[in-house]
Amino acid sequence: MGLIWEGIRKAAELLWTLDPEVLGITLFSLKVSILATGISLAVGGAAGMAIALNRFPGKRLAISLINTGMGLPPVVVGLFVTILLWRNGPLGFLEMLYTPSAIILAQTVIATPIIAGISLAAIQQLPADLRLQILSLGASRWQMLRLLALEARLPLMAAVMAGFGGVISEVGASIMVGGNIKGSTRVLTTATVMETGKGNFDTAIALSLILMALTFTVNAVLTHIQQRDRPR
Amino acid sequence: MSPDPILEARTLSVLRGGVQVLEVPLLALQAGSVLALIGPNGSGKTTLLKTLACLQEPAAGSLLFRGRPLASRADREAYRKQVTMVFQQPLLFDTTVARNLEAGLKLRGIPAASRLPRVLAEARRFGIEHLLPRQARKLSGGEAQRASLARAFVLQPEILFLDEPFAALDPPTREALMDDLGAALRQTRTTAVLATHDQMEALQLADRLSVLCQGRIVQSGTGPEVINQPVNEFVAGFVGMETVLPGRVTASGNGLCRVAVTGLEVEAAGAIGPSEEVLVCVRPEHVTLALHAATDSSARNRFPGTVTRIVPRGPFFKVELDCGFRLAALVTPRSVEELALAPGVAVVASFKATSVHLIHCSTGASLSRPSALCGGSDPLSVPFL
Repeated sequence: MGLIWEGIRKAAELLWTLDPEVLGITLFSLKVSILATGISLAVGGAAGMAIALNRFPGKRLAISLINTGMGLPPVVVGLFVTILLWRNGPLGFLEMLYTPSAIILAQTVIATPIIAGISLAAIQQLPADLRLQILSLGASRWQMLRLLALEARLPLMAAVMAGFGGVISEVGASIMVGGNIKGSTRVLTTATVMETGKGNFDTAIALSLILMALTFTVNAVLTHIQQRDRPR
Repeated sequence: MSPDPILEARTLSVLRGGVQVLEVPLLALQAGSVLALIGPNGSGKTTLLKTLACLQEPAAGSLLFRGRPLASRADREAYRKQVTMVFQQPLLFDTTVARNLEAGLKLRGIPAASRLPRVLAEARRFGIEHLLPRQARKLSGGEAQRASLARAFVLQPEILFLDEPFAALDPPTREALMDDLGAALRQTRTTAVLATHDQMEALQLADRLSVLCQGRIVQSGTGPEVINQPVNEFVAGFVGMETVLPGRVTASGNGLCRVAVTGLEVEAAGAIGPSEEVLVCVRPEHVTLALHAATDSSARNRFPGTVTRIVPRGPFFKVELDCGFRLAALVTPRSVEELALAPGVAVVASFKATSVHLIHCSTGASLSRPSALCGGSDPLSVPFL
């Protein structure tokens, strides 16, 4: 019990004094995961909408692949991104391994199917004739897509939350492709793993609390946006 | 010579899964007119409507809007900005009613200043002015469909396509909305195409009816024409000709025919030569019932029979009779009471020769199964709808 109280006390101290290292790790984690979620939203959201709105051979297969991808283990993603970026790997020339870009890439791979899967379901659950209704009101194709996304904004928001939640909390991929380098690729989860390994439970608890507070805050903001004009 | 049609469809063909679900050689829509497409579920009404509204691409055929073919994608997009469609479900956006009514104008690039008066005018016309600030999701079914219709009228469309807009509403709501839509169509002289399976709806709102069956238009005409002179057994059944009997003309002259129906003789107005096979059609509301043969009646056809079944039909009763052939009559509850009608009661059914519509089997009834439609000798095989 004492260990936990000591941890919480230390965490409060680190937070209260705005410890520069902890602050740096926190901001870096946030930046990386927001970027990865943003890219995933663009790629996954577009893919989800395209698959939902078009009829093509292999559509079922594509959907089941995406659904499988929603449960992709971060460690597996980390492994394959590492191989991809390894010095003599196919993308080795980019010299991206152990850089923040590598973490963003790996997290994008994790979040994209999650966002694609939920967006796809979000668009599919809209009434089938809604897109025809929008077109018959005089919309161009782009206007139609925008209006459909607007109509599905609640589940799309959920997709963003799920994607962000998935990447801010993963550790396997970040540690493999980032290397947990101090001041460069250290994120909250990798730092927590390291501090726990070193027996610095107080710091580890502090980092965990920050991670949870961060996830809560981001989701609270998104939830607020999502729910603000809902009829109660 | 009628003026040039506002919309013309030529040799339209729509496939689904490689199967032809719609084939329309020619359809012309006159400006300012309301055309109703009627037919049972799955007859292709909605498909035809969506094709005419350029929301679905036909496998073959062409559409001409004001005489110009809608050939390119740009043509079709421009056309879609001049027409609009209202669906069975209101399909309102998840925002306020006011924004819903404004949506189409915004999409069509109408400046904000001129949007508001148009929105207000149509909201007033459809009696939903007080709902404008409300969230569309909170509206009742009837209110939502009013909003959907107002959203379409706000656009002042060249052609308005209506896909069973009342099908999901309860009867009182439906009637009120139908009256308002009818008034709106007349006041604005909007050209419209209405798909419905309800002939009453079609008769109330439309100038002309086209009956669809299995993806083909089997009859077009004014309401009374289609209702009273169906061209085949399918249309006859669909428009409520409860009695459809196969027979053979035995004599004709002076605009009258005698038709042998299961050993009895029916007189009908018409000029079809002797020994021709025909279908004898009688609407149930044209049949009157009495306990004894009235001598002062002008009805040429009088048949004694017994009541076999009495079925409530809205405010009326449908009385099925066996007169040697099967005959249906529509009577008021008061008549049922006065005549003490019940199964087994003997009555005399009468109807005028002019109330009988004859379908000539060699010309009509040629749609899907001509021989089966006319060749059967068992009158009970004719479906009672």
